[in-house]
Amino acid sequence: MMKNCEYQQIDPRALSVLPQSAQNNTEKTVQRSRRKWEVFPGKNRFFCDGRIILASQSGVLPLTLGLIIVTCGLFFAFDCPFLVKHLTVFIPVIGGALFVFVVFSLLRTSFTDPGILPRATPDEAADIEKQIDTSGSSTYRPPPRTKEILINQQVVKLKYCFTCKMFRPPRTSHCSLCDNCVERFDHHCPWVGNCVGKRNYRFFYSFIISLSFLTSFIFGCVITHITLRSQEGKSLVQSIQESPASVVELVICFFSIWSILGLSGFHTYLIASNLTTNEDIKGSWSSKRCAEESGNPYSYNSIITNCCATLCGPMPPSLIDRRGFLSLDEAIPAVSASEIELPPFTVKSDAHMCTQSTKDVLERMVHSYDVHGLCPPATPKTTPLDLEVSGPAAASSEPSLSAGCLPQDARQPVVPPCPPFSRSNKRRDSLHSINPAFRLASPSPSLSRTTFILGDAPDNGFIPLP
Amino acid sequence: MAKEFHNLQELRHNASLVTKVFVQRDYTEGTVCRFQAKFPSELDNRIERTLLEETVKTLNSYYVEAEKIGGQSYLEGCLACATAYIVFLCMETRYEKVLKKISGYIHEQNEKIYAPRGLLLTDPVERGMRVLEISVFEDRGSGSSSPSSSMSSAGSSAR
Repeated sequence: MMKNCEYQQIDPRALSVLPQSAQNNTEKTVQRSRRKWEVFPGKNRFFCDGRIILASQSGVLPLTLGLIIVTCGLFFAFDCPFLVKHLTVFIPVIGGALFVFVVFSLLRTSFTDPGILPRATPDEAADIEKQIDTSGSSTYRPPPRTKEILINQQVVKLKYCFTCKMFRPPRTSHCSLCDNCVERFDHHCPWVGNCVGKRNYRFFYSFIISLSFLTSFIFGCVITHITLRSQEGKSLVQSIQESPASVVELVICFFSIWSILGLSGFHTYLIASNLTTNEDIKGSWSSKRCAEESGNPYSYNSIITNCCATLCGPMPPSLIDRRGFLSLDEAIPAVSASEIELPPFTVKSDAHMCTQSTKDVLERMVHSYDVHGLCPPATPKTTPLDLEVSGPAAASSEPSLSAGCLPQDARQPVVPPCPPFSRSNKRRDSLHSINPAFRLASPSPSLSRTTFILGDAPDNGFIPLP
Repeated sequence: MAKEFHNLQELRHNASLVTKVFVQRDYTEGTVCRFQAKFPSELDNRIERTLLEETVKTLNSYYVEAEKIGGQSYLEGCLACATAYIVFLCMETRYEKVLKKISGYIHEQNEKIYAPRGLLLTDPVERGMRVLEISVFEDRGSGSSSPSSSMSSAGSSAR
């Protein structure tokens, strides 16, 4: 099938440079000031009036929490009384402290903004296009997909994100599950229910390290408990029968220790070399590609400095400003486009697309194009007025999209490397083995946006679903 | 401070927005926040080069200070880790303190240097630290002295 790859040019005249009359009319439609999280274009969910941010699917976060709480609950209820009596009172104290630390780190990882980059404003996007499109040709060409820059004497390619309409900063990646560009993107962790990026990587690392300690601690204590019981003149089977909960804990801890310790070791290696999971998997700086020993331009070439920089570095604030109020000009819907005569090669800009519901946009679009008759008479190669709102329709265009438009970079590894108490995990032989369970997530274009394609499609155009 | 800025904004309603100029990020030193010192050509007849370059240089130095990895940031990191990151709920991080300083600096620059020339700087934090946005205004009262910039931007995009 023909690829629906047509980039929609931003029409700068539909942007902030508006005739005054249009502005005055639309100001009346804004009735109450809304917070920015209510119009956030990504797929995140917000709670407590924007204070808490979560990914769209919480994944198996409830399972993770449940397993941790159940195991610790059993430990405190069944093993601790015996151990306190026979050993020391510090056992539940240490266990309790570890448990609190694990839960706090987990919740902090899940509920923190991982470093989401807000999408480019229409003005910015138009400016980028203007800077690139200097050839002066009559047909419109979309911005090129990559831009090369020098970082510490090394060439790095910056990729253009069609969803967020900007060149991604280095080490930034677009998570298709959350539909956001995330800075220093590591991976999307379903167990934590959030992306792991610049702002929550240290919480994630604390979580897995403390969980390793907790699991090992509980494992050791349970072994000690059963051993002590069986030394009191009873057989092993009898001891187990007296404390069946210990067996449950033993099984859970035994199967999860391997994966958690492996994961902790892997991430310790990543931190020491200042890499992200994303870069390691793609082999961006592997020695096969680069002539030098360390091709990583971000590394400080010292393990201690790398560790300190990643874990104890400054904590940047959230850039998406969830609880800020929308200013008046952001809240004004883009009805002005219908008043502007659009040349055949351009389409209605998605100037304020992200501030409206999809349905409103559809209604407005259909109305404005009915009025102005801008539907092209002949069907171009791509579908005109192709309104792709639902998931399946967009999904069908995605394989062709990914095949043609974004062949290299659109594959985001969705790594499930942190299964705390899963029984089905295999033992990891190497710290960074390729887990066959990695899911390659879909490329950048969002599934929940409308698509309007008018006019003749340029041959090499790409479609972003705005 | 927010109130004063709002008045400055209201002042801007008397002038009409002509175009916006963007100063992009400079990634030659890695992922640290730094803006390009290249002078945008659209502002040639609006402001002296040295003034804008000075502003950008000062902003860059503020960002370097915010992202500096040294004794204070280590202390902050270790303290946060030891308290299971609860301390971040009560305490303002050094980065946030520097961002407040930056916001004050930008406001001051706007008042003293840019507003009299019909320009307005937008704090990069409001644009996700991607760009330094400079809005170019034109007084409605006086005739448009630089129609070329707006026309060229519209013309080049509308193909």
